[in-house]
Formats: sequence, C-alpha cells, structure tokens
Amino acid sequence: MAKGVKPRVKVPKSASPGETITIKTLIRHKMESGQRKDKQGNPIPRSIINRFVVDFNGQNVIDVAMQPAISTNPYFQFDAVVPEAGEFTFTWYDDDGSVYTKSRKIKVG
Amino acid sequence: MELTRRDLLVLGSGALAAAGTGSLPAFATPTEDAIAALTGNAVPGEGVITLDAPEIAENGNTVPISVSAPGASLVALFADGNPVPDVAVIRFGPLNPTRTASTRIRLARTQNVIAVARMEDGSFQMARSAVKVTIGGCGG
Repeated sequence: MAKGVKPRVKVPKSASPGETITIKTLIRHKMESGQRKDKQGNPIPRSIINRFVVDFNGQNVIDVAMQPAISTNPYFQFDAVVPEAGEFTFTWYDDDGSVYTKSRKIKVG
Repeated sequence: MELTRRDLLVLGSGALAAAGTGSLPAFATPTEDAIAALTGNAVPGEGVITLDAPEIAENGNTVPISVSAPGASLVALFADGNPVPDVAVIRFGPLNPTRTASTRIRLARTQNVIAVARMEDGSFQMARSAVKVTIGGCGG
C-alpha cells in the first residue's frame, strides 16, 4: 500500500427525490508518474491510482480510467441524481493492487 | 498518368492542409493515433461538448479542467504535448444526469488539451483548448 493514502468525499446529507447533487472527491496520493528520475538518475517506477468508480445502490454514476497525467491527490467533481435514499460507494484502485473505499449514506425527503 | 508540375503542387498543398488539421491518420501524431483508435477513424464533430481549461497555467503540475458533454456516454481526455498523451477516460453511468466532470491534470508544456466524447447514438464529438504552461509538470 502506498503511504499516506487518504480518501475524502463530500456528499450532501439529504436530497429531495430525483434531485441532482454535486459530489466532490479527493484522495491523497503521490501519483508517481514514472517519468521522473531520482538523484542517481534512475527512473522512479510508476505508482498511481488507475481507476476510480462511484456507484449508488449498485448503479453506476461515474467510472474513470486514469493515466499518470492526473495530478497528485486526484480530485474529481461530478453530478449524480438521487432517485431514492441509499448509499454512495467510492472505490479507488491503486497500481500496487490496493483498493481504497469510502461510502456515504444520503437521506431523501 | 503523367504528373505535371501543377498536379504536384496541388497534391502537396492538399497533404499539408490535411496534416495541419490532423484528419489524416497517415501523418498522425500519437495523440491523433489515440483519437483515431477511439473513434475508429470517424472524424468527430465539434460544438456540442465544452472543455474548460485556463488560458495560462502557472504550474503545469495541477491544471484544473472541466468537461461538459451532455448526451455523452464516454469522454476521453488527451494532452498532445505530454510524454504520454492519454490523460483519462471517463465513463458516465445511468445516474449521472449532466455528464460533466472536473479534475486536475499535469501538463508538461504549452499544448492543447483535447476532449473526445462518444455520444449515446455512437457518434463522436470533440473539443479542444490551448493552455500556456509557465512551469511544466511531469518531470524532474
């Protein structure tokens, strides 16, 4: 597991049925691009988060395949429609095989 | 067929124009190859999707960009001056009504950021934005 990885998400606590909400996510990660060299001139191997998926009650909201050109601490902002009360699940997939998840419940009414 | 000097000139200028617009895969850069691989050599339309990027980015390590593609099922982002032109591929699910997304990307130098969207009817749309980078990202 890469060091110091910490996911953060911002989801409203409640929404009216069918409302479109905005979600912001950020995960603390170095996103080592594989292009850099260390002091001895050896290339530093790539180590990034390569995929980010958001689902709501099992239905997909967004699915992003990421390349090294995504900045350190990958940030995403996007919209989602909330048909009923439920839970958003956020999943990040690391190059080293680690999977980071976070979930947030939302009330409707 | 015998080629006259005039024919050659016409041919030459045609080829130059094609290379300039980047529509001919034969002279393609890696970015154009990647776009052609995505669209299956179809020429994307323009004007439907929008790509917001700063005109001048002081720090190429984090350049905020935002893409809005109503009716798109997939948006691929490219940066044509980076060592690897691919940036990200965003797939929108059924619960995403606006088909917009914002993120932050790395740009190695002054270049174009290109968004290519696959619409729900299978056609392709494109938007591009030139970004001037003062300090490049991606490197040591």
